[in-house]
Amino acid sequence: MADDFILETHGLTKEFAGFFAVRDVNLRVRRGSIHALIGPNGAGKTTCFNLLTKFLRPSAGQILYKGQDITAMPPADVARLGLVRSFQISAVFPHLTALENVRVALQRQHGHSFDFWRAKSVLDRYNDRANELLADVGLSEFSNTPAVEMPYGRKRALEIATTLALDPEMMLLDEPMAGMGHEDIDKIAALIKRISAKYTILMVEHNLSVVANLSDIITVLTRGRVLAEGNYADLTQDERVKEAYLGAGHG
Amino acid sequence: MTTITDNAIATPRRAVRDEMIALAVMTALLAVVPLTGVYPFFVMQGLCFALLACAFNLLIGYGGLLSFGHAMFLGTAGYVTAHALKVWGLPPELGIVLGTLAAASLGVLTGLVAIRRQGIYFAMITLALSQLLYFVYLQTPFTHGEDGIQGIPQGHLFGFINLANPNTLYYVILAGFLLGFLVIYRAINSPFGEVLKAIRENEPRAVSLGYKTDHYKLLAYILSATLAGFAGSLKVFVAQNASLTDVHWTMSGEIVLMTLVGGLGTIYGPVVGAFVIIAMQQYLAGFGQWVTVIQGVIFVVCVLTFRRGVIGEIAHYFKRSL
Repeated sequence: MADDFILETHGLTKEFAGFFAVRDVNLRVRRGSIHALIGPNGAGKTTCFNLLTKFLRPSAGQILYKGQDITAMPPADVARLGLVRSFQISAVFPHLTALENVRVALQRQHGHSFDFWRAKSVLDRYNDRANELLADVGLSEFSNTPAVEMPYGRKRALEIATTLALDPEMMLLDEPMAGMGHEDIDKIAALIKRISAKYTILMVEHNLSVVANLSDIITVLTRGRVLAEGNYADLTQDERVKEAYLGAGHG
Repeated sequence: MTTITDNAIATPRRAVRDEMIALAVMTALLAVVPLTGVYPFFVMQGLCFALLACAFNLLIGYGGLLSFGHAMFLGTAGYVTAHALKVWGLPPELGIVLGTLAAASLGVLTGLVAIRRQGIYFAMITLALSQLLYFVYLQTPFTHGEDGIQGIPQGHLFGFINLANPNTLYYVILAGFLLGFLVIYRAINSPFGEVLKAIRENEPRAVSLGYKTDHYKLLAYILSATLAGFAGSLKVFVAQNASLTDVHWTMSGEIVLMTLVGGLGTIYGPVVGAFVIIAMQQYLAGFGQWVTVIQGVIFVVCVLTFRRGVIGEIAHYFKRSL
């Protein structure tokens, strides 16, 4: 059933002056799954990711979200449909407090965002919901801390809380564990696992143990193409995948 | 951990209180000027430039957009108000409204073009547009070219407030300044202001949250243009002329300078900066052309030694927001 797939790409291609960063990628993300996109450096993961979130325009191919063609849609509109991305570099608003960070996301859906004549205090009505979301990701104590003063791992959690504030259907996470210590990785992994009960997640991730533990399905990219797809156990047996990661003639 | 949170909780409230105290102090100081014997013309001129710099600061300090053409709003509003008063014989209030509306319309038109680019390109487009307008004003008959519009009647505001009386004029200009200042203050502390700050801090993230950031930047630009125009209209009553100086690119440069000296992205910085620059021009007038050189040196020293500007450094030192 096509309905099972929330996000699909057909022949997705991105060419940079003769170099194919992503070539003819057909991706199908099942609703409610955690889908990981992995591959060695330069495999086109981030390019692929930026195509899906519309921060890059594909050279060819099609992107379908819930059956709707979003290939030519501007990124802000895609976000409004419930397909929301995170960034590799922790994307918070550094000089806003954690509460304000989340509120900016809540505020968009509920209007008032162009009201320059109203006092900021009208936004206080979102404080309860914002605090709820912060509590959800274990950030209650940071509510009034400017994001810039929070530890790295907590910024990630804040980013996820902000994304959740939009009540998305699907989240695209760009290397959620990049630059994190063990303790933080475990926390964020548990968080991702927990939210995946409600949302579909597609993530690009380098850390293979994270991918192994979290993902329902994994797509391996090399040189811009899909090399293999399957669950972690299957892929570890795949000779092509071993070769791509460890180099030709290995093992 | 508790100390961090405690401090942080206190910050927003404390900030509002500090800002309100500063507002009361500023208003009180400005209100007693006519009693002190300070040359009122100088202060009125300063107030107009202060409002102009605050309008400019709304755009760069909170929207992150450096306009290098803000003189076009000042000058356009000035010309329209001057023409309305002198040629059409309209009352002052209508003259101000027309001048401000002219600047707002110009803001819509130039904003639609300029907002498509960022950083240096945005600055260059605004500069180009203001230069274009400068040459239009140089050539069109209604501005009287190099001579400007001279001897503008000040008239009676609302039919009964005689603006020819220096003290009355002073309080009217002060009221106008405070009105503009409060509009800007509110805009900065509004739901719109929150989004604007978010865009300044991290535009790609704001986009990913579903914000069409161009729309917000355009609104900030138009607001800024409108208030800069309001300052230009008020200035006509002070200077009683409208000339090419106000649309020249050096004026745009001075606006940038005032804001930087006072403190970019601070609420009171542009006001202080405007008075510093105006005072410098006043007291250094004896040096003739050297004023420009001295201003240049001060600008360089300012950027090198106290990058946050006068108010910015004070606020940073006391860990307050001003």
